[in-house]
Amino acid sequence: MEHNANKTIITVVGKDTVGIIAKVCTYLSENGVNVLDISQTIVSGYFNMMMIVDMTKAAKAFADCQKDLDVLGEEIGVSIKCQKAEIFDMMHRI
Amino acid sequence: MINFFEVNETNKMVEQENLDVRTITIGISLLECIDSNLDKLNENIYNRITTVAKDLAAVGEKIEHEFGIPIVNKRISVTPIALVGGSACKTPEDFATIADTLDRAAEKVGANLIGGYSALVSKGMTTADEMLIRSIPIALGRTNRVCSSVNLASTKTGINMDAVKLMGEILLEVAEQSKDRDSVDCMKLVVFCNAPDDNPFMAGAFHGVTEADAIINVGVSGPGVVKTALEKVRGENFEVLCETIKKTAFKVTRVGQLVAQEASRLLNIPFGIVDLSLAPTPAIGDSVADILCEIGLEYAGAPGTTAALALLNDQVKKGGVMASSYVGGLSGAFIPVSEDQGMINAVQAGAITLEKLEAMTCVCSVGLDMIAIPGDTKATTISGMIADEMALGMINQKTTACRLIPVIGKGVGEQVEFGGLFGYAPIMPVNQFSCDDFINRGGRIPAPIHSFKN
Repeated sequence: MEHNANKTIITVVGKDTVGIIAKVCTYLSENGVNVLDISQTIVSGYFNMMMIVDMTKAAKAFADCQKDLDVLGEEIGVSIKCQKAEIFDMMHRI
Repeated sequence: MINFFEVNETNKMVEQENLDVRTITIGISLLECIDSNLDKLNENIYNRITTVAKDLAAVGEKIEHEFGIPIVNKRISVTPIALVGGSACKTPEDFATIADTLDRAAEKVGANLIGGYSALVSKGMTTADEMLIRSIPIALGRTNRVCSSVNLASTKTGINMDAVKLMGEILLEVAEQSKDRDSVDCMKLVVFCNAPDDNPFMAGAFHGVTEADAIINVGVSGPGVVKTALEKVRGENFEVLCETIKKTAFKVTRVGQLVAQEASRLLNIPFGIVDLSLAPTPAIGDSVADILCEIGLEYAGAPGTTAALALLNDQVKKGGVMASSYVGGLSGAFIPVSEDQGMINAVQAGAITLEKLEAMTCVCSVGLDMIAIPGDTKATTISGMIADEMALGMINQKTTACRLIPVIGKGVGEQVEFGGLFGYAPIMPVNQFSCDDFINRGGRIPAPIHSFKN
């Protein structure tokens, strides 16, 4: 697998409501974060989404995006986690 | 490409199963600080630690945030102080000033604990070694973050019984000094046989003389993750059981490897080792004893416990070794009593005794760890317990240790609160028969034969 230190996994979990993807994606596009992949599902009324994004051209530092997404998550009423992808690559790929 | 299930599995390990990195420990050599002037020595030590480890706390937090994995402790280990202070220190009090310096330096850089107030006396004690050992009660009594360890034996040298005798007395002194706080200072003191040079875990961490100027060692944890994985294979045979432990240990260790590499890069200090130990905490679901129960025992301590622990320890190593480029330290399952709710339950149910714990230490990574014993236990009896543990390590070519807490003013059945990660412990009964004449002989036990190799 290609190594990219800016590849980041964003997970969104919470009660389903209108416009979750739109709001998260709007934030990402406004801040120069490129979405590479999205998978999303509803499990017993709960919204589950995982996005793989590239933050190479992000307008803000990783930690700032993380804080912004935290705030955005609170506004929408979901939990948004933002983690570097390496932890998942390390654990699940030899 | 990473998929949904993999991301969820990892995050569930962190959020629900207490997966964390137990410690990032920077090992720092203090050999270059040596000076015959005590003030100058203390100044050198302070400057060296606060320079090398200045970014420790910040880097730890950065890694925590970026990967979403908690890093519970940021620690420092240093060259055994008996070596560093030998030329400047003329009294135990002189040595204790170095402990003060270590404490200040650790506080300055935000390290939770600093280890290496240590002496390596497996064959003989130098004047400096003995002075350092005699200063341990003073040093631990007036510092908060300093941890002390003494290596009393090794497979190559045998057991230094003079030092074993002395440590029995010193341990009681340490207990006496903190008797108003349930003798808690004893938690910061451990004795070893075959102590590793690169152990990241406290209280036994020190930066061995075989090590480079500075090094990053990482200790992972994750008993809860193993326990949860085993819940899914209840009733399956040993093959399935062992495979499951191995796969889980691999995943847990990969996180340690990543954190170690990242810390090494950010701090610009070479990566040393990942320690594969399964380290429990008193939190519910973070217990090694619970894994033993999941393997099929009613309580830890039931017949079969030693076999279950042996297989657990071995599978953790087999899975972990492949996950990391360098493995070291203690690497195995820890079985501290107070820090593991399942062990506490076993003691309270009467399922486990000191003698069974001793048997378990033959197959696990450390030894009699965080065990509260009655405060009126004789020094020679403590030395006898230490000698037994040292003998297990010496003959089996493994690391063993003793971290006993004689709780002054309390007896069997009473309970001691250590607070936080250290948990609480019911006081366990100790065999009352005397070993005075054995301990008082003096001298050392010769190194053992392991076949006639030469």
